Amino acid sequence: MIETKGLSYRYSVGTPFEKEAVKEVSIQIQTGEFVGLIGHTGSGKSTLIQLLNGLIKPTSGQILLDGKDIWAEPKKIRDVRFKVGMVFQYPEYQLFEETVLKDIMFGPKNMGLSDEEAKKRAEEAAAFTGLKPELLEKSPFELSGGEKRRAAIAGVIAMDPEVLILDEPTAGLDPRGRDVLLTQIRSYHQQRGNTVLLVSHSMEDVARMADRILVMNKGEAQLFDETKKVFSQAKSLEKAGLRVPQITKIMQQLHEMGLTVDPATLTVDDAVRQLLPILQQGGMQK
Amino acid sequence: MMDITIGQFFPGKSIMHKIDPRLKICLTIFSIVLLFMAQNFLSLAVAVAFIFIGMLISKVPVKLYLKSIRAVIFIVVFTSLLNVFYGTGEPIAQFWVFKVTVNGILNSVFISTRIISLILASSVLTFTTSPTQLTDAIERLLKPLTYIKVPVHEFAMIMTIALRFVPLLLEETDKIMQAQKARGADMESGGMVQRIKAMIPVLIPLFVSAFRRAYDLATAMESRCYHGGEGRTKMKILKMQKSDFFVILLVLILLVVFLLSNRIFPPVFMM
Repeated sequence: MIETKGLSYRYSVGTPFEKEAVKEVSIQIQTGEFVGLIGHTGSGKSTLIQLLNGLIKPTSGQILLDGKDIWAEPKKIRDVRFKVGMVFQYPEYQLFEETVLKDIMFGPKNMGLSDEEAKKRAEEAAAFTGLKPELLEKSPFELSGGEKRRAAIAGVIAMDPEVLILDEPTAGLDPRGRDVLLTQIRSYHQQRGNTVLLVSHSMEDVARMADRILVMNKGEAQLFDETKKVFSQAKSLEKAGLRVPQITKIMQQLHEMGLTVDPATLTVDDAVRQLLPILQQGGMQK
Repeated sequence: MMDITIGQFFPGKSIMHKIDPRLKICLTIFSIVLLFMAQNFLSLAVAVAFIFIGMLISKVPVKLYLKSIRAVIFIVVFTSLLNVFYGTGEPIAQFWVFKVTVNGILNSVFISTRIISLILASSVLTFTTSPTQLTDAIERLLKPLTYIKVPVHEFAMIMTIALRFVPLLLEETDKIMQAQKARGADMESGGMVQRIKAMIPVLIPLFVSAFRRAYDLATAMESRCYHGGEGRTKMKILKMQKSDFFVILLVLILLVVFLLSNRIFPPVFMM
């Protein structure tokens, strides 16, 4: 379980650029949960996730990982980073090794694993992200954009973290690549049973994937609730500069017009399931 | 990583920020010339006062100026120590081969003041002038060189791009470092060799991305028909304001005071 208590962070203290990016955030994420993190640009999402895996030190407040303050022993902060794996935005820019396999092995090797163990983990991770085995011996700079992204994500998964944080993993991918990657992330979550935190701009993506959703607004945790409940509060979301998924909006309007549909429908498939019988009965009758 | 103060711009609305950047460059050079022309403590004080006034009206926190001095503190201590022992005249204290003279102490105070003021003067300029203004002004000031076929515009453009890329690359370095740290890279501990090795995962992606950015920028410039400085107009044309002429007048008065004070007392240095 990962928990924050009154977590705050200020940038550039003492200069004209000082800014409070995260304000008094207190949340609890249970083991095995799939949490979506949404928020407008500059809402403090990125800062929050950097705090969660100990890349930056909070100005005040605590982060508890399985009940222990991660900054209790600053020298052991690396262990926290192995437990809370972090995939940054555009992670393909972090590739540096001669071969893809070696690059994926970088994390496991830093954990002190043997070459064989690291290699085993790297191959497993590559399989999870759908990276073809023949690509593993290539230079990472020869891969296509989508393949690079997979290799970089595999590099984090190979550390087998308890909590996996993904910052906009689908940014800049084509629609098909996006769907495939999200499906893989979900099956990874289901098979390993670990906690996943997905940061995304796409309401459709988080609606489809997450059990619960955390909405950040101006550095504060504005909402943290089950996905359906969050998306039924369209007003509150709009205040945070966000919107509900398109299909949810349509279903809400149909509901207002008197159709017997669920106003908190999150996926197109679900909507089809509800609307087809109504259509077969002759549609809307006034 | 983000703690580099020298050469950093601090946005503001002070009088110093508003002075024409060309004039500001000239004033900075002028104050440095004064510092080196000063022969006694009175004229040095005039030059230092000139720089202090600049600092005061820049409204940049004094803390930042102190930070910029910190970078040269070693040079200051080193040169002043040398000067203490190389003075001429009667020694007031002596041990082994070292002798301390009044003249030596005066010399070292004089030189330290000079070096520190030099840094402060250039800090006033860079703190209150944005990099674009700075290169714009330099381009304008160097324009006469185009008559002897010096590609001034190209130099200015290179400088602008270089300056623009400094914060970008810093940010990029920071990002890549974070990403590698998240994968357990250890950059804080270990010996010299280990630390250098630990930089490889940062340097390679950084180089790759710098090249990528350079290509992108070149393409972007060409697709907007950039072809050098010929016939190119400016969006913001530098123009001297009334207040700028007022500043020049004040500086001329100061120059007279300085020259007079240089005459009144004998020089400190007796070479």
